[in-house]
Amino acid sequence: MRAAPSDLPLVLDGVSIAVGGTTILDRLNLTIMPGAPTLIVGPNGSGKTSLLRLCMGLAAPSKGTVSWGGRTHLPQTRRAIVFQKPVMLRRSAAANVAYGLAQAGCPRALRARRTEELLDRVGLLALASRPARRLSGGEQQRLALARALAREPEILLLDEPTASLDPAATRFVEEIILAAAQSGTKIVMASHDLGQVRRLAGDVLFLVRGHVCERADAADFLDRPATPEAAAFVQGELVI
Amino acid sequence: MSETVSAWQLIASGDATLFSIVRLSLSVSLAAATIAVIVGLPLGAFLALARFPGRSAIVVVLNGFMGLPPVVVGLTVYLLLSRSGPLGELGLLFTPAAMVIAQSLLVLPIIAALTRQTIEDLWLEYREELTAMGVGPAGQVATLLWDGRFSLVTALLAGFGRAAAEVGTVMIVGGNIDGFTRTMTTTIALETSKGNLPLAMGLGLVLIVLILLINAAAWGVRLWSERRAG
Amino acid sequence: MLPRPMFSALAALFMLAGVAAAQDQSIVVASTTSTQDSGLFDHILPLFEEKTGIEVKVIAQGTGQALDTGRRGDADVVFVHAREQEEKFIEEGFGVRRFDVMYNDFVLIGPKSDPAGIGGSGDIAAALVAIQSRQAPFISRGDKSGTHSAELKLWEAASVDIETAKGQWYKEIGQGMGAALNTASAMNAYVLSDRGTWLSFRNRGDLDIMVEGDRRLFNQYGVMLVNPEKHPSVQAEDGQRFIEWLISPEGQKAIAEYKIGGQQLFFPNAEQDRS
Repeated sequence: MRAAPSDLPLVLDGVSIAVGGTTILDRLNLTIMPGAPTLIVGPNGSGKTSLLRLCMGLAAPSKGTVSWGGRTHLPQTRRAIVFQKPVMLRRSAAANVAYGLAQAGCPRALRARRTEELLDRVGLLALASRPARRLSGGEQQRLALARALAREPEILLLDEPTASLDPAATRFVEEIILAAAQSGTKIVMASHDLGQVRRLAGDVLFLVRGHVCERADAADFLDRPATPEAAAFVQGELVI
Repeated sequence: MSETVSAWQLIASGDATLFSIVRLSLSVSLAAATIAVIVGLPLGAFLALARFPGRSAIVVVLNGFMGLPPVVVGLTVYLLLSRSGPLGELGLLFTPAAMVIAQSLLVLPIIAALTRQTIEDLWLEYREELTAMGVGPAGQVATLLWDGRFSLVTALLAGFGRAAAEVGTVMIVGGNIDGFTRTMTTTIALETSKGNLPLAMGLGLVLIVLILLINAAAWGVRLWSERRAG
Repeated sequence: MLPRPMFSALAALFMLAGVAAAQDQSIVVASTTSTQDSGLFDHILPLFEEKTGIEVKVIAQGTGQALDTGRRGDADVVFVHAREQEEKFIEEGFGVRRFDVMYNDFVLIGPKSDPAGIGGSGDIAAALVAIQSRQAPFISRGDKSGTHSAELKLWEAASVDIETAKGQWYKEIGQGMGAALNTASAMNAYVLSDRGTWLSFRNRGDLDIMVEGDRRLFNQYGVMLVNPEKHPSVQAEDGQRFIEWLISPEGQKAIAEYKIGGQQLFFPNAEQDRS
């Protein structure tokens, strides 16, 4: 696909999001560098989804700036996002992936082959002609992943992709994500599951009530949390 | 059209008058539904996605116009197309073309309003994903129209059904001229007024069967394409 | 999915265009629903069309609407049976000249139970008086048609001021002759009808002819060409040919030959010597 300037480093500078009277993100300063996956954790309502949408460029900050590789306001050709509940087009699984490929600028002649490759990568080749909306939750999640990977993104954002999956499906998805990370895609992923953090994370972003409470390497965060909230969280307590 | 012969006998014997009446009814209503789709589909899609002052008022009016009384539409078009009216030069009154025009006006609000509803609902669902994939406005409209195709076909069938079933509009602007602008519905009205009630009822049943057949065909096409693509 | 219905509709559009184009010689005649319902046109028009090649398209409406259609220039010829309204039409300049064509008669229809006791009478005025005084149910067309005008004139002839005398028993339905007969049949009421519509009417129920033959029940038809000076789009030449055929011996014979159940419906009476 076309060569485009890099979206990394992704820099948030003094970013706040306020909706109505509620502050969802509060004066965040953050830099995301290429490398191992960054996992975002925190209690519900801490602003993980809003942060992901901001990084994708789907939401604009009420204050502060977001820049990708030094630029603001650009088309998101090198970024992709997988929502917690992905929306499937009313077409076959293959058609969904082909749609993603078409939007990413893949030439028509190559689309069929790349669709096959992507479906194979996420283990859905056998279900290629099944109507996408009839797939199971786990299958739809993998299809959304395939659709996102069709863009050959530099940054892949994921919002708790395995939250409603059984362990087998979870493992499958984690393997795909790890493979993508190993081939150079920067993974930024919200997660609920501390075990997942241990398995996947390079570094961890711990959000509490719209603040970055702590940021550390995965091992440090899990075994030697620096802040009391992080300690409580890692112990499994509710962090209010 | 013979007096005491039943409608079914006419069908069985391949009565030429009956078939020309059926052909006229179907072609007028199909043409009207087609025009309504060509104009109403983009209009409905536009209203679903665009935001501008006064939009809500337009949506309310469009929804209301789904219930336009056919006689009122007929009378309005009659006054427009009459030789004494603004479009009299066209000489269209009492022709099948006038019937198509009037029925198109009747069906247009149905297509547009139902399209708007379908596309708007779909957009709520798809918006984030499409935006995340970088789909431009034209692409979004095309995607929504295609993904909403089943509901849109239902809207088309509703519009066609409305056109095929009504009598007030085509009676006024067509004039029920024997062999020229006489449709199934106006024939039923005529035979009723002549007291030929069994024949009128028989024709009515023929009309219903035809409409059911068309709907069944559309359903069949839907099943087939659903199996192919979902 | 869309192409299929679209294709057939486009084909239909082309067919309609073809139909519109094939209108070489045709005229529009505004006439009344009772004349159409009698079946007269089905009988005489093919004879005219064969002779002249001119297609006659009949719009059947109430008399008032037929005259209005002529005033608007949407018809070429007006053929109705309401002499006073026709003469007014000529006076106003919308018609060229009025010709008598034929007459038929009205009959008073009523239920065989005959609550007003008028069956078999030859006196329409007395019959109407009886109906009104007994308040027997009566259906009126109430639509400014030729039949309606005739009915009103008959009430006058019976010295009944129908405007004040009408009550629950007098029902104005604002529709054509067929609808009026249907209603009378359903309600077992009296109704004034032209003989032609009555003879072809299928839904008689309990109804039968109560009064006939009174001279005052005769109904005169007139034909007029719509004035081309008011509406240049009028097919004046072909329209005039139709009128001339109607009042010619040939046309008059065709009219006389039209029968229902062996009974002649219309009695031609065009003036044979016109200047």
